[in-house]
Amino acid sequence: MHKSIEQINERIRDGSARVVTAEEMPGIVDELGEQGALKEVDVVTTGTFGAMCSSGAFLNFGHSEPPIRMERIWLNDVEAYGGLAAVDTYIGATQQSDTLEEQYGGAHVLEDLVSGKSVELRATSRGTDCYPRRTITTELLLENLNQAIMCNPRNAYQRYNAATNTTDRLLHTYMGTLLPNSGNITYSGAGILNPISNDPKLRLIGSGVPIFLCGAQGMVIGEGTQSSPAGGFGTLMVTGNLKEMSPDYLRAATMTGYGVTLYVGIGVPLPVLDLDVVRATAVRDGDISVDIIDYGVPSRNRPKIRSVTYAELRSGTVEINSEQVRTSSLSSYRRARMVAGELKSWIEKGAMQLALPTRPIDGQKTVHPMHESKKGPRVMDIMDRQIVSIGESEEIRTAAQKLLKGETNHLPVIGSDGRLVGIVTTFDVSKAVANPGKACIVRDIMKKKVVTTMTDEAVDIAVRKLEQNNISALPVVDKERHVIGMLTAINLGKLFGGRWLK
Amino acid sequence: MKLLVNFSRGKGNAPIIAQVVKDTGVLINVERAMIDSSEGEALIEVPDDQCQLVRTTMTRLGATVRLLEHGINLNTSECVDCGACLSICPREVFSFDNEWKLAIAEDRCVLCGQCVDACPHHALTLPL
Repeated sequence: MHKSIEQINERIRDGSARVVTAEEMPGIVDELGEQGALKEVDVVTTGTFGAMCSSGAFLNFGHSEPPIRMERIWLNDVEAYGGLAAVDTYIGATQQSDTLEEQYGGAHVLEDLVSGKSVELRATSRGTDCYPRRTITTELLLENLNQAIMCNPRNAYQRYNAATNTTDRLLHTYMGTLLPNSGNITYSGAGILNPISNDPKLRLIGSGVPIFLCGAQGMVIGEGTQSSPAGGFGTLMVTGNLKEMSPDYLRAATMTGYGVTLYVGIGVPLPVLDLDVVRATAVRDGDISVDIIDYGVPSRNRPKIRSVTYAELRSGTVEINSEQVRTSSLSSYRRARMVAGELKSWIEKGAMQLALPTRPIDGQKTVHPMHESKKGPRVMDIMDRQIVSIGESEEIRTAAQKLLKGETNHLPVIGSDGRLVGIVTTFDVSKAVANPGKACIVRDIMKKKVVTTMTDEAVDIAVRKLEQNNISALPVVDKERHVIGMLTAINLGKLFGGRWLK
Repeated sequence: MKLLVNFSRGKGNAPIIAQVVKDTGVLINVERAMIDSSEGEALIEVPDDQCQLVRTTMTRLGATVRLLEHGINLNTSECVDCGACLSICPREVFSFDNEWKLAIAEDRCVLCGQCVDACPHHALTLPL
């Protein structure tokens, strides 16, 4: 059996179409079988509501008198793109306010506009013969704009890896607050309700397909940026009229210590054409797996802790190393359900008809990492290779002499096996000398917990270690913890005026 | 009931809480305490029927005592029921109901404030 899109649209028009949400579909397939579900169900609605940073809107303000060719543009102190024609701009969701920083950004401008609040436009220009005006400041409502067209390059991720943090520091990430020592797991995504998870081969979702976007009837433009559907991480580029959107499904947010983002509600209706659609839309949370990734490692290749399904994540706890770790969702499952539910009611009322893609999205595509023609500086490029170190059983006086002679403030302490066991600084030695007591050898005063770096570590990572720990030197160690260099604030000075800044 | 006790070190290093336990015989549960060189603040839980006794005794010993009637404050118009707060809270104050709506067990809250920064939507505030 096969149904055509025309047959389904006809049923939508005469009000006889059977529309269900992707959450209801697996139960229907269990009950009626695949053939029965194909006969019974015409449309499956999906929905997701979560942080989608790569979002924004094109705005057109109309011409002022005298006219201006806006070159630099701010909306409520949030800079918008000035590289478009005279009175057009693009406001990106994650752009932060010049004054309020992460407390207010492009996402907040969009939410304020959609909520009916006025927004201050400020723009400057050099002035030209045809556009003589140099500055403008005006208060605008959404209704004052000619066009306000949301256009989001990367939305509706098929699934998203979960996050944890094995370091002993609290981390602030785009995956929210991560407690130290794997104290929690954060995740994002609607799982069973996610649009692409219900059409993983992208047979039904592609250019021109009508969607629910933040409460408005929008459209899939096509493949989203960084889309990687072959690996299960497809994305969509979508558009919709901001003037028809609702703040129920468009919310600005701030990930503390990370920045501004926009919560977007998206739903895609899927026509049930054949058995393949039935099988794809029968997917459950337990069928969709993601990795739990250690965000404590500041690299593109963060290590995987384990694999986990959305069913496990949604249960509230997940086991890591035989401990039950609590989970937090960053996306809202309740609002994802509301999106799928509202989309369902639109179609039941005949307010939206379905369409097949006018251009398909390549379901076999995978994303590549950045091509970097020049490597950034690494620790080996600037570290000090001359090391002054000390043994842990040596006297504090010897340490003082070495510090003086070596003109350094940090002495790595080497154990009997030749490996790094601690560090002493001029401060530690001065303290021991000023308060003579029982401490007489280096082991008594050294700091045993040493923050270290490796030769091939990026200097930017080493610098963050210095800042986070409020220290001024890092011993450079090899895999066996032999000290092979030192990186100090002085070495960092080599970066300035050097070849790395060219 | 929960009481927020503030005491200043100007009163010397008198062990106020211990003194009150000794004088009244009420078993005080210290849920959270922050003490620095000049002042201290402790959130204590005491049985309802002995609350007044503890309050009077503490006040007499020089502490300022305030009854805490509310836990963390949720602005339901900002909250989108994401659940970012669930795993952050050390007291398991937050949970989802059957409809995936955020539910708060206010009586468990010790006003530590950890959820305030973790909420992406600024929906949680301390009631002080």
